[in-house]
Amino acid sequence: MPDLPIRVYTPEPILGHPLRLVREMFADLSAGRELAWRLFARDVSAQYRETLLGYMWAFLPPLVASLTFVFLNSQGIVRISGTTIPYPAFAMIGTLLWQVFVDGLQTPSDAIARAKPMLARINFPREAILLAGLYMVVFNFLIRLLLLLGVMVWWRVVPGTSIVLFIPAVAALILGGMAIGMLLVPVGSLYGDISRAIPIAAQFWILLTPVLYPPRTTGLAGILATWNPVSPLITTARESLTNQPLSMLPAFLAVFAISVLILGLGWMSYRIAMPHLIARMGG
Amino acid sequence: MKMDNEVLVRVEHVSRKFCRSLKRSLWYGVQDMLSELNPSSKLRTTKREGSSAPAQEPNEESFALSASRNGLRRDEFWAVNDVSFELRPGECLGLIGRNGAGKTTLLKMLNGLIKPDGGRIEMRGRVGALISLGAGFNPILTGRENIYVNGSVLGLTKKEIDAKIDDIIDFADIGDFINTPVQSYSSGMQVRLGFAIATAISPEILLLDEVLAVGDMAFRIKCYERIGRLQKNAATILVSHSMSHLSTVCNRIFFMSHGKGSYYADRKAGIQRYIEDQTSASAKEDFEPLLTFIPPFRSASIGIEPEQIQHGDDVTVLITMDSCNDLDNLQLRCSASTEEGNPVLVWDGDWRGQAINVRRGRQVIRVVLGPIHLTAGRYVFHISLTQPGNGQLLLYSRGTASFEITSKEIYSEVPTTFGLKHLAITHNGTTSHL
Repeated sequence: MPDLPIRVYTPEPILGHPLRLVREMFADLSAGRELAWRLFARDVSAQYRETLLGYMWAFLPPLVASLTFVFLNSQGIVRISGTTIPYPAFAMIGTLLWQVFVDGLQTPSDAIARAKPMLARINFPREAILLAGLYMVVFNFLIRLLLLLGVMVWWRVVPGTSIVLFIPAVAALILGGMAIGMLLVPVGSLYGDISRAIPIAAQFWILLTPVLYPPRTTGLAGILATWNPVSPLITTARESLTNQPLSMLPAFLAVFAISVLILGLGWMSYRIAMPHLIARMGG
Repeated sequence: MKMDNEVLVRVEHVSRKFCRSLKRSLWYGVQDMLSELNPSSKLRTTKREGSSAPAQEPNEESFALSASRNGLRRDEFWAVNDVSFELRPGECLGLIGRNGAGKTTLLKMLNGLIKPDGGRIEMRGRVGALISLGAGFNPILTGRENIYVNGSVLGLTKKEIDAKIDDIIDFADIGDFINTPVQSYSSGMQVRLGFAIATAISPEILLLDEVLAVGDMAFRIKCYERIGRLQKNAATILVSHSMSHLSTVCNRIFFMSHGKGSYYADRKAGIQRYIEDQTSASAKEDFEPLLTFIPPFRSASIGIEPEQIQHGDDVTVLITMDSCNDLDNLQLRCSASTEEGNPVLVWDGDWRGQAINVRRGRQVIRVVLGPIHLTAGRYVFHISLTQPGNGQLLLYSRGTASFEITSKEIYSEVPTTFGLKHLAITHNGTTSHL
């Protein structure tokens, strides 16, 4: 008989063998790639199947958010100044990038909620649903990129050499969002409070982040812009796209590095939490 | 040769807690996850294993004591309590026990879905598992698409699935539905597809949770055949409440009750244990027997002799009654059902031409029925006497009499006919019979 794979299940905390844990994490990640792709393909075909507007829903939320501010600004109700590119372009680029972050934030808990029936019944590499979620975020970003390109052409925003930083900046937005989202998974999958709170928190957060206005350097807004981890990501992504001087590059790099670190920790906590979550899923 | 001794499934002193209260269960979940971050929690679990031995005693009090020592929190109980067994290739374990005895929890631990709170599980080989219906199908995808999804869940590449897909579709045998979204499948069709996928990889370990119950007869037979074919190199664990499934495919029995389990290498002994558990359970449940009659009957009672028979024996039904009138050509209908009320035997014939005439006064109608080829267990008897012509119900008895078959041989649950052996009416000392 050929060597059979052996699996051992004990109550021992898996953190007791951190090396084995990391090895298994990457082994499962690679084993789950094929499944992740299938799940992603399934989600894409299912995503907007029961809608009339279809892919419009990928850019409607950020579009409406930015149009609100474009209107308020044009009527002088709120006065936002200091943008080097036309305000509508500034606002739309900002909200589209912000949406990428929010997508990343919501992906882990959404993916688990969707996969509940599968999780409760079959043993498969748990990383697959995260990976599928990541693919989905990237896919939706690519759709929005079309709108982004349209905005840039319309307002004649021309990128410069710093465009090379755009892709890393978007990656940082996705990873940062997912890192926070994954840390919320253990509690968020047990208590519905978290998933209800995320959209509300996101609404506030967008106003505390230089998404619809340029980053300040003074006052409370200045402090928020400095200490809000998302602001260097958004600002750098937008500046790299619109050929502006990169005003927050060191902070961006720091946040990027910390995001990757937190993502690793979030991934670990996701693995540790999973059997406990499944035990309480029923089904 | 060496293969024969290879243990595929090794379960050692496995335990798992469960919480009755949802709110608490969630909070305990948070605690459990936090304790995983704390290396000292390892100490707690090893302590629990050490003290699990006294919990073996059936004494309720000592159990409660040792349980609290073992760190049960409020509202918690042991869903699986110190369970051990081993399975080798060629062995098919029937996992039986009442609902809530911990069977599915054990199966979920074997499949690695949830972690044990104590003990150790070792699984050697690929695992094909069908835990509850649907097996995680995506409802909006077609059956064919779901084969690919579930196949990759089981670790198959697209190429491997391509090679097996015709087999799977053939086996599932659900016709054109294979190209229809799974949400329009019946539960039987879902199980067909799920079983076909789970067994297509020729797993070394097959876990089946009550799945055969919804399949039709033809499909069950196919499943038995396939399990039999996989059997040589595989170990199977099958949860079932059907004695006929168990006696068809299983050669080992694991009986669970309140989280505890006992292993029976002898299938019959295990099934017997289960039946005893079932009958004692249903004796406790309030089953409402009913006996009603209308004038001209003044009194009536139903009895069965003997109350315990061996498989294939006869039973005698005694209908004792007191009538104030003569009634001729009554229609007698007898039936037996399982305790859940599923009818298994009906006798509605013309009693070999013998008229059932009731005379004024007390009398006993004695009906000998047999041979009774039923699975071991307890059966309840129902009797009705109706007037010919208008069909007026004169006497009706539901479940006031019962009999038990102690098994000589486990047979199928397929109803078999039973015949009238003898019918006699004794009235005032004179007996008329066939």
